[in-house]
Amino acid sequence: MIDRTQPDRRLVGKLVLLTVGMFGFGYLLVPLYDVFCEITGLGGRTDNQAATVVASEPDLTRTVEIEFIASLNQGAPWEFRPVVSRMTVHPGQMYTTEFWARNLRPEDRVGQAVPSVAPGSVAKYFQKTECFCFERQEFAGGEGKPMPVTFIVDPDLPDYVDTITLSYTFFAIDKLAAR
Amino acid sequence: MSTATTTHGHEDHGPTGIRRWLTTTNHKDIGTMYLVFSLLMFFVGGAMAMVIRAELFQPGLQLVDPGFFNQMTTMHALVMIFGAVMPAFVGLANWMVPLMVGAPDMALPRLNNWSFWILPFAFTLLLSTLFLPGGAPAGGWTMYPPLVLQTGNAFPFLIFSVHLMGISSIMGAINIIVTIMNMRAPGMTLLKMPLFVWTWLITAYLLILVMPVLAGAVTMLLTDKYFGTSFFLAAGGGDPVMFQHIFWFFGHPEVYIMILPAFGIISEIIPTFSRKPLFGYSSMVYATASIAFLSFIVWAHHMFTVGMPLAGQLFFMFATMLIAVPTGVKVFNWVATMWKGAMTFETPMLFALAFVFLFTIGGFSGLMLAIVPADVQYHDSYFVVAHFHYVLVPGAVFAIMAGVYYWLPKWTGYMYDEKMGKLHFWISAISVNLTFFPMHFVGLAGMPRRIPDYATQFADFNMIASVGAFVFGVSQLLFAWNIYKCARGGKKATAQVWEGAQGLEWTVPSPAPHHTFDTPPVVK
Repeated sequence: MIDRTQPDRRLVGKLVLLTVGMFGFGYLLVPLYDVFCEITGLGGRTDNQAATVVASEPDLTRTVEIEFIASLNQGAPWEFRPVVSRMTVHPGQMYTTEFWARNLRPEDRVGQAVPSVAPGSVAKYFQKTECFCFERQEFAGGEGKPMPVTFIVDPDLPDYVDTITLSYTFFAIDKLAAR
Repeated sequence: MSTATTTHGHEDHGPTGIRRWLTTTNHKDIGTMYLVFSLLMFFVGGAMAMVIRAELFQPGLQLVDPGFFNQMTTMHALVMIFGAVMPAFVGLANWMVPLMVGAPDMALPRLNNWSFWILPFAFTLLLSTLFLPGGAPAGGWTMYPPLVLQTGNAFPFLIFSVHLMGISSIMGAINIIVTIMNMRAPGMTLLKMPLFVWTWLITAYLLILVMPVLAGAVTMLLTDKYFGTSFFLAAGGGDPVMFQHIFWFFGHPEVYIMILPAFGIISEIIPTFSRKPLFGYSSMVYATASIAFLSFIVWAHHMFTVGMPLAGQLFFMFATMLIAVPTGVKVFNWVATMWKGAMTFETPMLFALAFVFLFTIGGFSGLMLAIVPADVQYHDSYFVVAHFHYVLVPGAVFAIMAGVYYWLPKWTGYMYDEKMGKLHFWISAISVNLTFFPMHFVGLAGMPRRIPDYATQFADFNMIASVGAFVFGVSQLLFAWNIYKCARGGKKATAQVWEGAQGLEWTVPSPAPHHTFDTPPVVK
């Protein structure tokens, strides 16, 4: 019988390497997923950075409805709502609207809004030049304040889209901020 | 052979009693321990299913509170998947793979001992959560965040037990691959290997490729909860849907990990009792490999309703339907093997035939679920429960039982009680359908899964399902009793055991001696 120790070790080594590699691959899926979402607009993700807008003629012949939704998770003690719930806009023109948030707790807290656009495939045509969601928002106990968002709808928006929903979920991130 | 190469030495004079089992490196001992452990977990998981069916016997909440009900559904799945089905297949592989390829033992006997002995610890950890304040995990075995992150004290126990199960499976898989690749008897080329060995080789590769991904996913959950990362927390820029992608990247190949060895067992049994060689051997091998490959590109069909671009839905839908082709090849080959064969219907063959028929039903409901617009209605309904129980119970579990009856005389040296075996088969086959078939109807009518209460129009079908489940549960005692009786004695089994049996495992005496193939057999 042939001595098996050498080939066994080599094969075991390769298989262990494969195992470690696949553990790493699991983590690699995280950045891959982000890239994939950015390309496809999966999950209605929008850029969480100010868009640099190329000056363009507003298309006054066309109107698009923008709906605003504010939601809270985990029954968080915040008051959070859009100041206006819908707007009719022209693509290519810049608009500003406000959301209102108030800390219902007596202590100081930090909040963060996470945006989402529906339908997901048009997320890339909805550009925010200024948004309260770009940074964490600090609130004193009981403090309420309006938070502005400035946006522009890209005139290249596909013809079949007549309504875009911009939704924000407001999270308390005291725990995350403390770290 | 030179004895110097048997590094693990002969242990005929090794420790006795409990220390024999703790320190054994013999593949037959370890295989037996895996199988006994799996049977034990089958009853633990089964008891949980009984609680579920008792609560669902009537609409309304009568026996347990909804929180505990959710713990039962979650734990039933974890125990059955990782505790019953997977260890049973590993146990069968431990026993049979060396015998089938003509090897004296597994390639890495000490690792083998370790991969088994991790399991009792993993399950003690997992089952102990039932007694923790706050109870066991209740967010579903799929562990979706953010729900699973609300699990109380049980959460780290869940994560670490999954880690341990993963380590055990990966070590077992490495061992099986090395055994198959390096220890085949002279003359046994890859395409002469029995199909059970082939399906296990492919399954072992699947395990190595996906168990680490699951380990990664649950580690991310752990750091999200305790160490301030935000892989799945939207507030910190993460995405809970990403967990579902990573999980099902593991989860779909996992489904095939639980069925491919079953295909292997059935492909051994049907030729034996049809007294004909397997029809289309090489197409079986290629079909198994294609199913394994396809399992990596269909994961998102578990999550059609979370929002996905149309192109993605179409891709995953068609890729999923494609799996029906190699699976159809297999079913065709099994039927063709029986065609004009001199068939007899001993217990293993009965279970194998029920497998072919009932697994195919489960396959068809899987095809229905693959259709995106239909799945939007079926998603998270009892139709899904019916589907995966058809492929797992009369699928994987029946194949394991078929394998146990088939090889039991080889293991114990005695024939099992054929009458009791047949009785067990018929009660099981009837009650399993009574349990799971009505679930198709209530699912299509809109009954959601994982709920302790339901609308009254589902009452009749649920009562039928519960009665079926109780009968199925009790009839498994026959199985355990038959195994026990067979281990104690009975009619002496011959070396070949079954008239039509072919293969190296039937050339050694029954019961298979502690050491076999010290001199490798030559395969022509």
